Amino acid sequence: MIKFDRVSKRYPGSFDAIKNITFEINQGDLVFVTGASGAGKSTLLKLIAGLERPTSGTVLINNQNVSQLKAAAIPYLRRNFGLIFQDHKLLYNRNCFENVALPLHINGILGEEAAKRIRAALDKVGLLSKEKSMPITLSGGEQQRLAIARAVVSRPAILIADEPTGNLDENYATDILGFLYAFQQVGVTVIIACHELPQNIPENMQNAMKVLHLQHGELSA
Amino acid sequence: MSGISTTQFSKYNAKIAKNRATSEPAWVRWTLIAAALLYLSLFLFMPLAAVFTEALRKGVDTYISALVDADALSAMKLTFIAALIAVPLNLVFGVAAAWAIAKFEFKGKSILITLIDLPFAVSPVIAGLIYVLIFGLQGWFGQWLSDHDLKVIFAIPGIVLATIFVTFPFVARELIPLMQAQGKDEEEAALVLGASGWQILWRVTLPNIKWGLLYGVILTNARAMGEFGAVSVVSGHIRGLTNTMPLHVEILYNEYNYAAAFAAASVLALLALVTLVLKSIVEWYAARSARAIEQN
Ligand SMILES: Nc1ncnc2c1ncn2[C@@H]1O[C@H](COP(=O)(O)OP(=O)(O)OP(=O)(O)O)[C@@H](O)[C@H]1O
Ligand SMILES: [Mg+2]
Repeated sequence: MIKFDRVSKRYPGSFDAIKNITFEINQGDLVFVTGASGAGKSTLLKLIAGLERPTSGTVLINNQNVSQLKAAAIPYLRRNFGLIFQDHKLLYNRNCFENVALPLHINGILGEEAAKRIRAALDKVGLLSKEKSMPITLSGGEQQRLAIARAVVSRPAILIADEPTGNLDENYATDILGFLYAFQQVGVTVIIACHELPQNIPENMQNAMKVLHLQHGELSA
Repeated sequence: MSGISTTQFSKYNAKIAKNRATSEPAWVRWTLIAAALLYLSLFLFMPLAAVFTEALRKGVDTYISALVDADALSAMKLTFIAALIAVPLNLVFGVAAAWAIAKFEFKGKSILITLIDLPFAVSPVIAGLIYVLIFGLQGWFGQWLSDHDLKVIFAIPGIVLATIFVTFPFVARELIPLMQAQGKDEEEAALVLGASGWQILWRVTLPNIKWGLLYGVILTNARAMGEFGAVSVVSGHIRGLTNTMPLHVEILYNEYNYAAAFAAASVLALLALVTLVLKSIVEWYAARSARAIEQN
């Protein structure tokens, strides 16, 4: 469902952040993108989610060539993805409920149906009791869980998380990864970027697991 | 992340303000309040009361007949038409300009900001004269317009143009600081979640600026209905055709028809009062929603 063919990405006035990368991701895969800081992990995720366009090579998402898509079609492409960012990108002047509501509103889902799905998503990450709280009042781990709820509420086929455990202590980190693994178990493609491969990944996931290790923008074994 | 710091910062500011206000001795506070009230009553309340007293001096019947007079009604109609065209146009222009200035970097941005302030800087009379220069019979497009049987100056289009000119800064001026303070985080988040440009405008940007926008619209409308100078130059003062309310008041006054002049003026005064009430309501709601964000 996601296919990279000799993809390179060069930011204006910079070097190749991604160099000549080829790989394939199938529905239901659990993919880890690993590598040191600056290796190109975030860039790779942005290429997958249609937030950046490749400088050369082809990116196919559901058999659509991202480079050939019209600008107006890009928002629709993005709705296939649930994204969780390095820096949350939560809306700090709206409460938890309203934050999770945003992707549904964008998809034109409003009212009772929306409220039901928002509460289900908050419940899944253990934040139902905080639906009226502002994100500022949440701990770092709770903010990350809120970001997960927002990413999954529109039931995306692909979940992308950029260093979701970046600045959390170990217990929280295991927590967050647990949530993400649970979505892989119900058929969602889960793509996680992190510096190193996490410890103790459950046995039953290892066969669907893929590791893309980046070094200076290149794929290495 | 900038959301955190701004909210905390404003909380902190509020605390300082509170402490400072209570630290002055009582007599200083009361003297200042008394001075402000005296000033207000001298320059605001007294004239306002005078308008209504003068308007009603010859009785309610004269008052009403001055208002339902054909010329008065046509002046009111024209005033509403001018506002009805100028306000929506300046609303769209103001949102677009504020959006561009607050959210993007581009060449000529500081020139645009200066230009938005132009109507505040030039005398409205000059603004009117500029339109006469451009569209008047001797003006740049004068020949072309009269060839095509179009009339701008001394006609309704000129009045609408002048009104648009004097009122175009209000919405933009209200929104620019608001949108700059809010930054780009929300729009970026919406973009990443797959929102199209229109959806970002309707579902993120506009809800965030709704109170400031309403406030700007109220001010725009008040000015559009009350403008005298620029409109006076382009109107030609043709009774029943190109007179707006303020011009109508002036004509009656110059004819020593004081009761009728003040009756018409009282309508404008009432409009001002309604504007003030609406403005306070909007401010109250805006402050309440800001407090709700901070308290959580
Ligand atoms: N918008 C941009 N403009 C120019 N250069 C960029 C931009 N974004 C990233 N880069 C550069 O591309 C390279 C890869 O960046 P990227 O953010 O993908 O790394 P990363 O692996 O995610 O690092 P980290 O672990 O620190 O998040 C870096 O050298 C970075 O400086
Ligand atoms: Mg990164």
